[in-house]
Amino acid sequence: MIREFGSVRAVSAERPASGAARTLLAALVNPPAGSARRHVLGDRLAAGALVALAVIVMLAVAAPLVTPHADQGRGATSIEDKLLAPSLAHPFGTDALGRDVLARVLFGARTALASGLAIVLIGVVAGTLLGATAGYVGGWLDEAIMRVTDVFLAFPPLLLAMTVAVVLQPSLENAILAIAITWWPWYARIARGQAISLRERHYVRAARGIGVSHPMVVLRHVLPNVMTPVWVQATLDLGAAILTVSALGFVGLGVPQPTADWGAMISEGRIYVQTGHWWVPTFPGLALFVTIMAFNLAGDAVHMATSPRGRAMQDA
Amino acid sequence: MSGIRYLLRRLVLALLVMLGALTVTFAISHVIPGDPARLYLGARASEEAIVAVRADLGLDDPLPVQFVRFVSNAVQGEFGYSYRTKRPIIEDLAERLPATMELVVLATILALAVGVPAGVLAAARFASGFDRVMRVVSILGVSMPAFWLALLLQLFFFLWLDLLPLGGRLSQTTSFLHPVTTLTGFHLVDAALTGNWVAWRDAVAHAILPVVVLATFPVSLTLRMTRASMLDVLAETHITAARAAGLHEREILFRLALKNAIVPTLTVLGLVFAFSITGAVLIESIFKWPGLGSYMLDAILNDDIPVLFAVTLVVTVIYIVINLLVDLLQAGLDPRIRLGESSVG
Repeated sequence: MIREFGSVRAVSAERPASGAARTLLAALVNPPAGSARRHVLGDRLAAGALVALAVIVMLAVAAPLVTPHADQGRGATSIEDKLLAPSLAHPFGTDALGRDVLARVLFGARTALASGLAIVLIGVVAGTLLGATAGYVGGWLDEAIMRVTDVFLAFPPLLLAMTVAVVLQPSLENAILAIAITWWPWYARIARGQAISLRERHYVRAARGIGVSHPMVVLRHVLPNVMTPVWVQATLDLGAAILTVSALGFVGLGVPQPTADWGAMISEGRIYVQTGHWWVPTFPGLALFVTIMAFNLAGDAVHMATSPRGRAMQDA
Repeated sequence: MSGIRYLLRRLVLALLVMLGALTVTFAISHVIPGDPARLYLGARASEEAIVAVRADLGLDDPLPVQFVRFVSNAVQGEFGYSYRTKRPIIEDLAERLPATMELVVLATILALAVGVPAGVLAAARFASGFDRVMRVVSILGVSMPAFWLALLLQLFFFLWLDLLPLGGRLSQTTSFLHPVTTLTGFHLVDAALTGNWVAWRDAVAHAILPVVVLATFPVSLTLRMTRASMLDVLAETHITAARAAGLHEREILFRLALKNAIVPTLTVLGLVFAFSITGAVLIESIFKWPGLGSYMLDAILNDDIPVLFAVTLVVTVIYIVINLLVDLLQAGLDPRIRLGESSVG
């Protein structure tokens, strides 16, 4: 999956900065300075991605105001209008239950964005706590936590998430939890690496020297400085998280009907490929594709701006 | 660390990870709400029958006993019976694994055959028009949801152009008039070995769409990895020296630089496998491909829990072995890894 791809690239993301939001902004507003032959295409793509993301988020938030069929976006049916081809009244056509596909796509964006964010946040919190503790404490605890991390990384992620989701019974919360279980180990590894390098820093030792307790040192001095590369990785992973939750929706393990979900909508559209009602699966898939791409491009920009190697690649 | 010690260390680690994967699977299987015996027998089973099946499946034994039995069964390939097909799962797996592996192997070959040369050329012509096009193409590729691409390709190539079949491994007429003798389980290989060219052409036509869909992400991934490590290598002094010595550019790129750049790129092989196998779960049912993926999807739709665990375990073990082989291959190619200068795994 994409997230593995992301982590391959971003293992070296270590440049300290302060907070992902600022990094993202810096990356997009101020492309790396001093580069005579900057990758102009890269900047344009990144800027385009940010605009696209802003539009997607706004459309998701304002979905009930954007579409005249908000009730259908929430699930109300209108059987007499079933499977209408795209027209001015229904730009994306209607589905088998007569619901406006555009309204479903807009409401589906809420599901996608919220679940993607939730997965990454749970993963970041769990992974960072475990990883930072492992790296800071060291010894057998470090060994134990990291071996558990290895085990979770040994499963192909989507497969484990599917199994867990089946065991927990299908619902959006369970899908998010199932994916988060496969998500945290990446952040644990990054956080551990950072914590090890911080452990011997003077200010951390000084804090210990004046009698600050270990948990307090981790909370106040280690965690804040561990976070930057973790956030970078998290932005890289958002697109993958949304893709994964859609994949669970596609196999029927996501949010139950009638809540709109892109994966489930694509899955419902499968049978219409043979009957020519192409719009039913095409538009939700297009929305998913564009969203993932926007997140990937934004993630790339963050990575380029934060890793020395990424910058070198961009500037060379 | 010597080569032998590195090898042993990696083997032991891989075994420990496998044991850990079994533990995690066992733990998950024990938080299942509901009684496995009831799931097995169906909702209308009598109380006595359920008690009998509980005893039969050993569900009343203490947890450690159950765990040891679970591990020893898994090691022997005893995954029990599918709730749905009522057949031993291992038999279903043996039938379906080759079909999936055929797709995965073809997708991997395609990924390397397209991704590596494209990555080398993009790096060689850094920031050129070709490099930019490749960058856009690879971003499109890694962002493409496989299950959506599968439907789009079906629309184009089956419904609108009528060029390629909708799904299955062979068309019905072919499997009736020119059945493929099973030797390896790979239709393409078996048909070629037996000289059954009618079936071979039909099998190729059926494999094109699923393989292209499965290869889309791996091609982009391989391209980006190759490009990145080629850029690193091309900046090194021995390349400059080779250029100064007047070596042909193709010689420099594909023989000198790629030899070094390929080592980090090999890491993608494990990822490509993981992606293809999970991708197979999503797209095999779209293409009616009778492999592990559609088996797993059927299991998901039918709450066939033992099948889910069996597929997850088997695929995870294959994944661990592939990652082990990739690590060993990298160590073989790059002495720095086996001598412990850079920390791997």
